[in-house]
Amino acid sequence: MTAIVNIFLKEGVLDPQGKAIHHALDAMEFEGVEDVRMGKQLVLKLTSDNKEDALKEVTKMAEEILANTVIEDYTIELL
Amino acid sequence: MKQIAILQFPGTNCDLDTKYAFEKLGCTTSVIWHKEEQLPANIDLIVVPGGFSYGDYLRSGAIAQFSPIMKSVIKFANEGGKVLGICNGFQILTEIGLLPGALKRNIGLHFISKFQKLKVVNNSNSFLQKCTKNEVLNIPIAHADGNYYIDEEKFRVLEENEQILLRYSNAQGEPIVVNGSVTSIAGVCNQNKNVFGLMPHPERALEDILGSTDGIKMLKGLIA
Repeated sequence: MTAIVNIFLKEGVLDPQGKAIHHALDAMEFEGVEDVRMGKQLVLKLTSDNKEDALKEVTKMAEEILANTVIEDYTIELL
Repeated sequence: MKQIAILQFPGTNCDLDTKYAFEKLGCTTSVIWHKEEQLPANIDLIVVPGGFSYGDYLRSGAIAQFSPIMKSVIKFANEGGKVLGICNGFQILTEIGLLPGALKRNIGLHFISKFQKLKVVNNSNSFLQKCTKNEVLNIPIAHADGNYYIDEEKFRVLEENEQILLRYSNAQGEPIVVNGSVTSIAGVCNQNKNVFGLMPHPERALEDILGSTDGIKMLKGLIA
């Protein structure tokens, strides 16, 4: 099973990299972009094929190291 | 003679500057490799020095927090032992939860390396006891992830408990935006005032020939 963990800065926490990319898009005259948030994606290949166990384990990983929950939110997708 | 333990991770690069600084101030030092599990006996201070532990992978300081030595560091701090984190050391101490808040990418995205004026916000702690409140210090900064974040509620606790140590300022002591930190915060301590973290490098400001000696009174507070 594969777990995809997406990590983004929380709403309300200023994202300097997203902001810089937004400025670049504006400068290139791409229109209609309201906001840009930059995050990171981690792809974990798991040995488990039990969704429930995998979700529990990856949530623990996200809480303990993958995300810094003071400033970041995360989502977990299992494939 | 005070005994200082200086931690060393793969990618740490201020360990020897820090060793030089504390030896210059008359201390004995030992540099402790992160794979060690025990700290030397009878140490008076642990310094988590600057650098790029684990190449800043994942987040600055994120991986170093799980090094074997950190269990002993947490125990030492929880028993009231003094811990100082400089730059990457500050990032590690926030990641591990010994200090509140977190450090994000600088607002302008640049790595900033220069001398910076700092205002002493509170000196009711051992680290800055030899500095005067509102005094302006001149100390080098060198970081890409120094943008201090803390939510409003926790910020109020910091302020009320005099945990804000330093703010980036101009020569008159007025706060200025350097890296986007909440209210220009450059350093904080924990509630018990035995764990300290700051982005600037006092260990690089001990000699006139290098531009400033203001680091001496900061470090001296910890070994008084």
